[in-house]
Amino acid sequence: MNLAGFPILSLITWLPLAGVFYIATLKGAEADIACHVRKAALLTSLVPLALGVWLWSQFNPAVAGFQFNEAYAWLPGLAVTYKVGIDGISLVLVLLTLFITPIAILSAQGITTRVRAFFSAVLLLESFTVAMFTATDFLVFYIFFEAVLLPMYLLIGVWGGPRRVYAALKFFLFTLFGSLFMLVALVWIWRNLGTTDIATLLHTPIPAGAQMWLFVAFLVAFGVKAAVWPLHTWLPDAYGEAPIPGTILLAAVLSKMGAYGFLRFAVPMLPNAVQQAEPLMFTLGVVAVIYISLVALAQTDVKRLIAYSSVAHMGVIIIGIFTFTVEGIEGALVQMLSHGLIIAGLFVATGVLAARGEGLAMNRLGGLARNMPGFAVLLMLFSLANMGLPGTSGFIGEILVIVGALKVNFWVSLLGGAGMVLGCAYMLVMVRAVLFDKHSSAAVAAFTDLKASEYAALIPLAVLVLWVGIYPASFTHLLDAPVAALVQTHTAALASHTQLAMVFSK
Amino acid sequence: MISISPFLPALTLGLGGMLLLVLGVSARRVALQAANGGAMLVLLCAAAATLAAPDGVLFNGLLKTTLFTRFADTLIYIGAFAALVLSFDFNRKEGIGRFEYPVLVLFAVLGMVVMVSANDLMSLYVGFELQSLALYIAAALARDSLRSTEAGLKYFVLGALASGLLLYGISLTYGFTGTTSFPAIAGLLGGAVPTGALVGLTFVVVGLAFKISAAPFHMWTPDVYEGAPTSVSALFGTAPKAAAFALFLSVLTGPFGPLLKEWQPLIVILAVLSMALGAIAAIVQTNIKRLLAYSSIGHMGYALIGFAAGTAAGYQASLIYVALYVVMSAGAFACVIAFRRNGRAVETIADLAGLAAERPGLALGLAIFMWAMAGIPPLSGFFGKLYVFLAAIDAGLLPLAIIGVLTSVIGAFYYLRVIKVMYFDAGQPGFDRASPGVNFIIGLGAVVTVLFIAAPSPLISAASAAARALMG
Repeated sequence: MNLAGFPILSLITWLPLAGVFYIATLKGAEADIACHVRKAALLTSLVPLALGVWLWSQFNPAVAGFQFNEAYAWLPGLAVTYKVGIDGISLVLVLLTLFITPIAILSAQGITTRVRAFFSAVLLLESFTVAMFTATDFLVFYIFFEAVLLPMYLLIGVWGGPRRVYAALKFFLFTLFGSLFMLVALVWIWRNLGTTDIATLLHTPIPAGAQMWLFVAFLVAFGVKAAVWPLHTWLPDAYGEAPIPGTILLAAVLSKMGAYGFLRFAVPMLPNAVQQAEPLMFTLGVVAVIYISLVALAQTDVKRLIAYSSVAHMGVIIIGIFTFTVEGIEGALVQMLSHGLIIAGLFVATGVLAARGEGLAMNRLGGLARNMPGFAVLLMLFSLANMGLPGTSGFIGEILVIVGALKVNFWVSLLGGAGMVLGCAYMLVMVRAVLFDKHSSAAVAAFTDLKASEYAALIPLAVLVLWVGIYPASFTHLLDAPVAALVQTHTAALASHTQLAMVFSK
Repeated sequence: MISISPFLPALTLGLGGMLLLVLGVSARRVALQAANGGAMLVLLCAAAATLAAPDGVLFNGLLKTTLFTRFADTLIYIGAFAALVLSFDFNRKEGIGRFEYPVLVLFAVLGMVVMVSANDLMSLYVGFELQSLALYIAAALARDSLRSTEAGLKYFVLGALASGLLLYGISLTYGFTGTTSFPAIAGLLGGAVPTGALVGLTFVVVGLAFKISAAPFHMWTPDVYEGAPTSVSALFGTAPKAAAFALFLSVLTGPFGPLLKEWQPLIVILAVLSMALGAIAAIVQTNIKRLLAYSSIGHMGYALIGFAAGTAAGYQASLIYVALYVVMSAGAFACVIAFRRNGRAVETIADLAGLAAERPGLALGLAIFMWAMAGIPPLSGFFGKLYVFLAAIDAGLLPLAIIGVLTSVIGAFYYLRVIKVMYFDAGQPGFDRASPGVNFIIGLGAVVTVLFIAAPSPLISAASAAARALMG
């Protein structure tokens, strides 16, 4: 059936559900079982992570196509099979998901109400996200792309901040509206090309005339999810109001779904349209980088500042994808991984501050380097990584994107690179306001340094940020084959199209 | 010598119902429990007989049983059985625990089974009236309640009008074709079509649209759902809907099959209006039973999309949709029945505030049904919509599919509102524990709705076989 000899991908995907069942059936008063539920959730999320690491060791990076494939007869009459498999691109994102979920669970110490439901929702989210990243059938992909909404809606709405109801509804309706366009595109492709199997679709040319509107549909669907400017307006609300673990999952994992969608569907299936849309996407990316960075600079709340910084970095990812060069796309993917790690680190740090109980307004913090040295070191590390300092993961992603962009357009490269400078500006403002300056109140001066569980969440992230920064090859060698294949097919498709046009013009 | 076995289920229901009636009158003290248990037993026996029954034409072509009728019968039994389980505890608490109710349900089911297997306009009308009359009485079951009697009366008056229209349509058809037998009518309408038969067709469509509460013939639905005791609304929302829909299918594809081009636009109009009305009018509702009524109007609209496609794939899609809807609807009504505060039934949506904190299982159940009705994957409702939309697109009805997608987004808004109130709003504590029977229906419905994605093929294959049997 596959290399592993047993359905490893299904196991990784659906194992968290076992945890959901276990947690849901626990009896007892909320306060008594909270600790037990937390441990059970953590354990259930660590097992898939271990399996994921094993999968990584067994993965053959030389193959560009899908590996560890599984297929199950599913919808009779519609000829749809439930198909999963991974290539290097999805493996990296699956690993990211598997890694971030335990971090999110660790950072959920502040959740004390309805703990059973909370951790069930987090584990459910993990299952759906992995199912989506491993789907090799368009319909399966669509189903889990949407399914992610359900647990996330509850996470924001039940455990979120004061404006949680508004934020949850906005998140839900924006994403639902966006994915509707994908459904339309999906049905069109299905009915006109006769299949939803992604591997087949990649080799089935779509008529150039239809490509443009299909691309617009994909742009709306994936753009909302990836928070591409100007479709990002749900994001600051959702990030700001969601509970910290929810924000971590949203920012580190869910925002990657949109970028992944572009890479998996838009770029390989619609070569002509994406080529035409390149200037547009560059513009959107550059605007996101510069305008949103400036917006971030104006924030007074730590969480919202990081939220905007996240949108700005998504702009870099979009620029990287639409360079259609090996460097650019690989840079975008490294940036996705790196952004996931860094933003998770920053939000965990935010959660640490929130747990100290003085709010997240920057003018009410300050001077924490003195009484929280451990925290200060780690926050500084993640902030520097977010600015793209060499030696951290942020640098690798950004430099690759800039090099990729330079091959295509000097100005895009320059303006996209400007994001690194602006990133320094707002991150340093934040670091100064939080770690340095004077203590704004006696309560702030009395903050205690990190607890064991907080170290447990931050240290692994810090290690990975440095790992990707110092030896990125452990991850990029997974991406080389699929990205090279992607770029090659793109160039070949455009070349054949141009030749065809020349034949017709003669 | 004709074999009686295809008719065995109906016979079981009829004899069982009468036996229980006698029993209920003679043994007053244990009447309620005995009647409930007995009715469930009879339903189970009938279901077993249905599954074992062969195809056959009975009584000189009055009735005809096929895979299609058995599929519809099974849905009817599921709906009626769920409604009986739900009614047991609820009726007692509301002081309407009368043994007549299970008996009425059995007679209504008998009527439905007869009308679904009708192969002649006469047997169709007899079955149709039997179920209607039983349901009119059921709606007014709480005879001391003004709301319930009003609901019963409204249902009766409007239902009688619909029956009249249907009968008029039947008489016109008979007048212009000279026969009431389905195959004979189909044969005659295959040639030159008399205008009178077209008028008859229109009246038949209107009469049946009334029964499935498709807009613009939906007016009775919200009032009856709201006014009738919730246990009775739960019945209305499941078995009769499935039965009337199956009858609609079998009449239009059977005797009126050759007039596909004529009735297709009518079904399209019904579908569009129902979907739009179901989505828009539900937004302003504050009573959850009225909300479910408008939602059922909308769902009939989606089910009609597959019907309007006029292809085997379309009928299959409609049957899948109706089957999934029966489960969701039974589950949602079970949740409404379970909402009781300090011994009193709760009906407004605002009263559900804080439910998730106090009764997480119940809230999750209703959330699952609401999301499924909104058509959000990975729940079963999504697959129902997927099949009908694909069938419509393949039949060249792209605009209908687009309208369906748009209205389902509007609809998602009000389903989401129910979830929002349950989960996000803080409320007063004091929800009662639901009875085991109600919990069983909620749990079973939720499991089916959630796990449909894991094993869709049994239902889809069955619906496909039923649709093929329908096409002959």
